[in-house]
Amino acid sequence: MYRYAKLKNRVTRTLGIDAAEVESDPFVAELVDALSPDRVKQDGAHRALLSHDASVFDGGNSGPVVFPETTEEVAAVTRAAATHGRNVVPRGAGTGLAGGAIPLGVPVVVAVTRMNEIHEIDTDNGIAWVGPGVVNLDLTKHLAPIGYHFAPDPSSQQVCTIGGNVANNSGGPHCLAYGVTNAHIVAMEVVLPSGDVVMLGGLDAEPAGYDLRGAFVGSEGTLGITTKIAVRITKNRPEVRTLLLSFESVTDAANTVSGIIAAGIVPAALEVMDQRITVAVENYVNAGYPRDAAAVLLAEVDGLADGVDLDADRIAEIGRANGATAVKLAGSDTERALLWKGRKTAFGAIAQLAPDYYLHDTVVPRSKLAEVLTKTYEIADRYDLTIMNVFHAGDGNLHPLILFDARDEGVLEKVHAAGGEIITASLDAGGVLSGEHGIGVEKQKFMDRMFSSDDLDHQNRLRQAFDPGCRTNPGKVIPTGHSCADIQSLRSVPKEVWA
Amino acid sequence: MSTAPAALATNDPVLLGFAEEVGTDGPVAVAGRRTRWTTGGTLAPDTRVIAAPSGIVEHLPDEMTVTVRAGTTVADLHAELAAAGQRTALPDRGGTVGGALAVGENDLRALGRERVRTALLQVRYVSAEGRIVTSGGPTVKNVSGFDLPRLMVGSLGTLGLLGEVILRTNPIPPVSRWYAAAGAHPRAVLETLLAPSAVLTNGETVWVELEGHAPDVDAEAARLASIGSFAEVAGPPELPVHRWSLTPAEVLSLHDTGHVIGASDFVAVAGLGLVFSHEPQPPRSVDPGVAIIAERLKQNFDPTGRLNPGRMAGGTA
Ligand SMILES: Cc1cc2nc3c(=O)[nH]c(=O)nc-3n(C[C@H](O)[C@H](O)[C@H](O)COP(=O)(O)OP(=O)(O)OC[C@H]3O[C@@H](n4cnc5c(N)ncnc54)[C@H](O)[C@@H]3O)c2cc1C
Ligand SMILES: Cc1cc2nc3c(=O)[nH]c(=O)nc-3n(C[C@H](O)[C@H](O)[C@H](O)COP(=O)(O)OP(=O)(O)OC[C@H]3O[C@@H](n4cnc5c(N)ncnc54)[C@H](O)[C@@H]3O)c2cc1C
Repeated sequence: MYRYAKLKNRVTRTLGIDAAEVESDPFVAELVDALSPDRVKQDGAHRALLSHDASVFDGGNSGPVVFPETTEEVAAVTRAAATHGRNVVPRGAGTGLAGGAIPLGVPVVVAVTRMNEIHEIDTDNGIAWVGPGVVNLDLTKHLAPIGYHFAPDPSSQQVCTIGGNVANNSGGPHCLAYGVTNAHIVAMEVVLPSGDVVMLGGLDAEPAGYDLRGAFVGSEGTLGITTKIAVRITKNRPEVRTLLLSFESVTDAANTVSGIIAAGIVPAALEVMDQRITVAVENYVNAGYPRDAAAVLLAEVDGLADGVDLDADRIAEIGRANGATAVKLAGSDTERALLWKGRKTAFGAIAQLAPDYYLHDTVVPRSKLAEVLTKTYEIADRYDLTIMNVFHAGDGNLHPLILFDARDEGVLEKVHAAGGEIITASLDAGGVLSGEHGIGVEKQKFMDRMFSSDDLDHQNRLRQAFDPGCRTNPGKVIPTGHSCADIQSLRSVPKEVWA
Repeated sequence: MSTAPAALATNDPVLLGFAEEVGTDGPVAVAGRRTRWTTGGTLAPDTRVIAAPSGIVEHLPDEMTVTVRAGTTVADLHAELAAAGQRTALPDRGGTVGGALAVGENDLRALGRERVRTALLQVRYVSAEGRIVTSGGPTVKNVSGFDLPRLMVGSLGTLGLLGEVILRTNPIPPVSRWYAAAGAHPRAVLETLLAPSAVLTNGETVWVELEGHAPDVDAEAARLASIGSFAEVAGPPELPVHRWSLTPAEVLSLHDTGHVIGASDFVAVAGLGLVFSHEPQPPRSVDPGVAIIAERLKQNFDPTGRLNPGRMAGGTA
């Protein structure tokens, strides 16, 4: 929430848009016709608020902001944008951390948050049809009475939308056993950049043709706007065991994680937090974490009673063999919920410590976790920055978190330089750029560290098959030189559009 | 474990040799074991038919990944993985890893082994221009860039010829058992059990595969016994040759009526929607908007139409 307040300040400082000019734009007039005046926002406050997401990156330049309620309205907006040669940027809750929803090229921002209806629960097909604006946790709560849930559970699940989850192929602690968003998307209605409405994927076992569904998931809003989604629903497991293991070093925790996987156990979740985070969390919500452990491992197994007991015992054993100083089994649902509350509010806890943070997201082979973690601390020390680590250890997904105060002279440069070194260390260890936040504008400049120019060229061919005019969320993912449009020109406002 | 950045242009001589073989012009296709050779249409005459490289490059059990050349048979791959207690989602019906991915058909036990399309982590393929293209990454979780691996699964080698892949591996559960009962209903099975690995029906008999820790399998088997006279059997039934793709709900009504697909005998996979029948599935209609994107994809990836000419993804066997 503190970010929100800061954004509001920035709005009043930086934007003085001439309302008359906005109103004389024939494009805006067409949008108002297609929707209704109250759902086309052109005031400086709306445009500035929606020019950012939850990342640390400078905002873009938003054109009009629209709040459609139906697929037909999204199609009408997209067609109007096509006719007027304007860009389109889809937007959910704006919790993205890679700048994916930042509007570049003065686009119309299509905020789908009002398309938040859960249309149908279809247990015979094992799916639910939902609007893209449905909040992730709302779906799971809605499914609880019939004993199901939506498996992807990003830490932001109280706010982020399923449309945003699709676009970023989001993950969460429980994606270790259940798979990330892609594994849970069966079919999607999509408004293409042309304004045509198509169905990608299907409810049948093996839909005919290329897997365009699969290509759309994780495309960060660059291939069109999804307006209705068939998500797989997952049966709740009758039994859950949650263990909290304490360690004297992050390395011991990381080795335990490798040991568990090597033993053939795929737990529902394996999350590691270092001491700095656990102390912050304890001060914030009192979740029951030890303050004196260098690292804690939160391990959860679910399924049938006997199996989860067997696995929980083996996890405890592997932990002890790797130096665990304490192993605690959550004794009740309340205790378990509290442990998870601690994990999922870690970022809220951080806000108590410093006004700003930069949350990184890379993946390394599990066997390299300890080595790369040690490097992150070394890098932060060298730049005189505070770094903490809380991460999805089970799939090697690191989340180094750098704390800072943006008001300190030159600190952002240091934060970015340290971040670059962390990315390099992850790639050098055989890892990848992003595990769940995506590339957005954040990691474009690192794409050629992971991919050759032939590789990037082929990614762009996919992009152009959906969006030959490069008008949907331009300037994202693929770096300048390989992509549709040049990011520099997208940042500046074309003369003919706004003053 | 390689310590070079994950996926930059490869100088692997085996893949470079494969790229050279693909070359830069003339129609070309890869043959695996030809177990699905007619899927998607008849190969254009005068097409040069080559083989993909074979061999297992590296299995990392505690990363749950395996790097394997596309020409390796699924049987060879699974034999090697089994020695370390692991398997993949790929169906083993006598074909190759590249063929299984290019065709994209799921194992009938996909409920318990994930779908083929989510098993592929990284792919190196040779493009129509004869270049080696890498997409995805070697780690089990990755959202770096556009998801070409998903596009390659089921693309029948019409967008690129698969040379080497990294697949996700999974532990083989301690116990796998099949049960069968006449007169049971697949819906009751799906509602009663937590996570069966397979539920098959031919309209009369229902087959169920249970996997996991022995006491869990025993507990689920006891639950099965409460809804039908299930007895342990050696495995699934013989499958008719043609494959249909229906919705899971359609399979449930197929069990009830037996006539929905216009074929008298079938084996259907409940919870998934796959049906095996003696009749081929009639061609399925494709959304016109989807067809336009598919055409553009083919045009963008293979402008001269040299990759697997005559075949189209989405055809049925
Ligand atoms: C505190 C915090 C914790 C987080 N934890 C996690 C985590 O555990 N795991 C994780 O994966 N992520 C996490 N995130 C990142 C973020 O929440 C996810 O990426 C989320 O899925 C974004 O959803 P959103 O609705 O906020 O999307 P937005 O930020 O609004 O948009 C994200 C991208 O999706 C596109 N988009 C949005 N809607 C559509 C649509 N209908 N059609 C097409 N494109 C669309 C946008 O253009 C943009 O590129 C976290 C973020 C925060 C702030
Ligand atoms: C009787 C029978 C039953 C079957 N049952 C099942 C089943 O239950 N489940 C199941 O999933 N499958 C089943 N299959 C299908 C089959 O086993 C798999 O799809 C198989 O793995 C295909 O491999 P292949 O090497 O034989 O491919 P091929 O038949 O040689 O090739 C199939 C297609 O893929 C292309 N191709 C092959 N390799 C590559 C490559 N490296 N790069 C690009 N394109 C390539 C070919 O050009 C061709 O178009 C069955 C097959 C038979 C004959």
